[in-house]
Amino acid sequence: MTDTTSPKVLILGIGNLLWADEGFGVRAVETLQREYRFAGDVTLLDGGTQGIYLVQYIRDADILVVFDAVDYGLPGGTLKLIEGDEVPKFLGAKKVSLHQTGFQEVLALAEMMGDYPRELLLVGVQPVAIEDFGGSLRPEVKAQLPAALDAALDYLAQRGIRAQRREAPLPANVDAAGAIADMTLYENERPAEEQACRTGDARVLNSSDYQVEYRPADIDGVSVALDQHLDGYRERG
Amino acid sequence: MSTFTTPTGFQMDNSGKRVVVDPVTRIEGHMRCEVNVDDDNIIRNAVSTGTMWRGLEVILKGRDPRDAWAFVQRICGVCTGTHALTSVRCVEDALGIQIPENANSIRNIMQLTLQVHDHLVHFYHLHALDWVNPVNALKADPKATSELQQMVAPNHPKSSPGYFRDIQNRLKKFVESGQLGPFKNGYWTNPAYLLPPEADLMAVTHYLEALDFQKEIMKIRTIFGGKDPHPNWMVGGVPCAINMNDDMAAGAPLNMVTLNQISSIIDQTRDFVKNVYIPDILAVGQFYKGWLYGGGLSGINVLAYGDIPDRANDYSPGNLMMPHGAIINGNLKEVHPVDLRNPDEIQEFVPHSWYQYPDEARGLHPWDGITEPKYELGPNTKGTRTNIQEIDEGAKYSWIKAPRWNGHAMEVGPLARYVVGYANGHEYITEQINFVLKTLDVPVSALFSTLGRTAARALEADWAGDQMRYFMDKLMANIKAGDISTANTDNWNPATWPQSVKGVGFSEAPRGALGHWIQIKDTKIDNYQCIVPTTWNGSPRDSQGGIGAFEASLMNTKVERKEEPVEILRTLHSFDPCLACSTHVMGEDGKELATVKVR
Repeated sequence: MTDTTSPKVLILGIGNLLWADEGFGVRAVETLQREYRFAGDVTLLDGGTQGIYLVQYIRDADILVVFDAVDYGLPGGTLKLIEGDEVPKFLGAKKVSLHQTGFQEVLALAEMMGDYPRELLLVGVQPVAIEDFGGSLRPEVKAQLPAALDAALDYLAQRGIRAQRREAPLPANVDAAGAIADMTLYENERPAEEQACRTGDARVLNSSDYQVEYRPADIDGVSVALDQHLDGYRERG
Repeated sequence: MSTFTTPTGFQMDNSGKRVVVDPVTRIEGHMRCEVNVDDDNIIRNAVSTGTMWRGLEVILKGRDPRDAWAFVQRICGVCTGTHALTSVRCVEDALGIQIPENANSIRNIMQLTLQVHDHLVHFYHLHALDWVNPVNALKADPKATSELQQMVAPNHPKSSPGYFRDIQNRLKKFVESGQLGPFKNGYWTNPAYLLPPEADLMAVTHYLEALDFQKEIMKIRTIFGGKDPHPNWMVGGVPCAINMNDDMAAGAPLNMVTLNQISSIIDQTRDFVKNVYIPDILAVGQFYKGWLYGGGLSGINVLAYGDIPDRANDYSPGNLMMPHGAIINGNLKEVHPVDLRNPDEIQEFVPHSWYQYPDEARGLHPWDGITEPKYELGPNTKGTRTNIQEIDEGAKYSWIKAPRWNGHAMEVGPLARYVVGYANGHEYITEQINFVLKTLDVPVSALFSTLGRTAARALEADWAGDQMRYFMDKLMANIKAGDISTANTDNWNPATWPQSVKGVGFSEAPRGALGHWIQIKDTKIDNYQCIVPTTWNGSPRDSQGGIGAFEASLMNTKVERKEEPVEILRTLHSFDPCLACSTHVMGEDGKELATVKVR
């Protein structure tokens, strides 16, 4: 491929806004959009918990930057960057949330279609709390938003993708998208704990014992361990 | 050991070996299933558990009702739009807001688009692998596959031997690299797979084509909703203005260019469904028509609210283009009307759900609904509170409530809609069903099966594509006649609202009947309750011993290999379960393979 045209960039935030630090990815991309404008072919996308529906956007991208809450096993609020082939391993290696299984698979599908992004960056933050339904980002995680944005902007700048800071940030899109679009409003309007139960199912929240099993398949006499590519990060987990 | 007969006639017997599948994979959300099989490997008892707590309603308390749609569409990873639509209908009902005709046409196109998109993704990417074996596809002869393709769909352009050879090589490369990706973790040596290699290769090829096609169909939501995958909705209409004299720069997202684009995508959608999806379903049906398990409640109790109002603001059955009504006790001669406001019709019970009511012998209508969690396990549970080996279905055993219509457990979804439509003599639906029955040479009773559910979904996608065209033409005609109104903001200001009101909104989500009930007090949400399709289908038992659609559908199915529950997955997947909103989005650990334990 020749690089005479500017690369297509996708900046994607994934996660569920309703689950405390799980909303990090979406809040990050939302903040980026309000504070910066980009030249060139750059798409900012709030991917939410959409799984397979995101494949198309991934396939279109030459450079993919993903913001997400990732369970690295580090202290809460730690920001960590992962690049290239390592990225999918962190999106589904450990329990964080539902969508991550989906997202790893989304990357696999893009690869199968022969349209895998040329370059990948994962800007992940270690969540402090997830089991808080209707909650917002914890202070430690919220405090990492500027650094997370800077990391993504640096990465893109190194690849010739420039962003310009807006003179004043765009207002939150509350009129069109409701209170959920404004983190502060979302927090302030939250029903009190005695009104609305905030916790989840102890069994699910604590479970980490779903065993991954192997099912070798026989393909024309050759035995293939169908998910052996997961081995690398099984160890890591 | 316990044995009993359910009100719908199923003989339950939990004495055989217990098989536990947890989690049930390739669904949205988290679900567990336990069955008992007898000495002949026939399922004699089935228990379905929603394993995640749902807090969908409670987080809305005290919030602005005009924002509710934006919250509810975040609950679920797949059907965002249908929740948003149901929510704005619910608020409009409470506040007596009438929407313009254009808004009705646009909402219908968006809802129908979701139907087609969701059905396609469900069949090809979540369900096909229960029927199709990608590993077997490697053995196919590309030339024979090409002949098969030309026979089943002569109008489909992609059918050359070279094309199939290319796909097969790509698949081979993918498998040889050990990266089966989405095809990993299958039971590919199980005798329950019946397709010849050529049909497998054709279907896998269409798996890829469907993935490719998605990129077109999702543009419709982007144009009408302003963005994707979380389009904007609006109480009072739709948020997209129409301007036929200007370009996008003027801030009007709907103009001649974008409307033409949508029109062209609608044509492509209909082509894809008619030339790929429907022929694939018929091909799968041809090989599996001897496997007619999984009917469950579909031939007994089915429920549909109806959807797609032809004219705006009229939600009476005569104006709804999707079937409305309830059938009970298998009597297809009588379709009962359904009233979502009647406190005695739709009620939720919790004797087997991890919630508490002041009096659990009684059900509660959603307007009086309570969502108060209470997690406790029955005395016959094996394992611990945090690591259950076997659930005790005699006690509370699911995070899903048990909704009932006049006391009956009901199946909802494409098959339920099609059974109601067939019973009602819905012309389009009757013609489709008769065509499929004739093509496959099977009796009407074949409809009440896993295969029937899968076929109904495809037929509905075909219907939905045709109605997209109908509403697009209607929208264009209305605009040409000079009506460019898309929203009614008369009652936007909360100062105009009564002090205390309630409303109900309903739709037919891809997975089935969806209802939202709201109570607004002093301009804020006082109570919000949703009964989502998977709550109906995945319902636990009731105090009469009535079982829900999932449990009923597994009964009396023969399992080839206990440790490889292909048949269980096939039938559960046929409902397109979405536990994310019937319970909530939490807890999947990224290790998606089901642990199957046989005890």
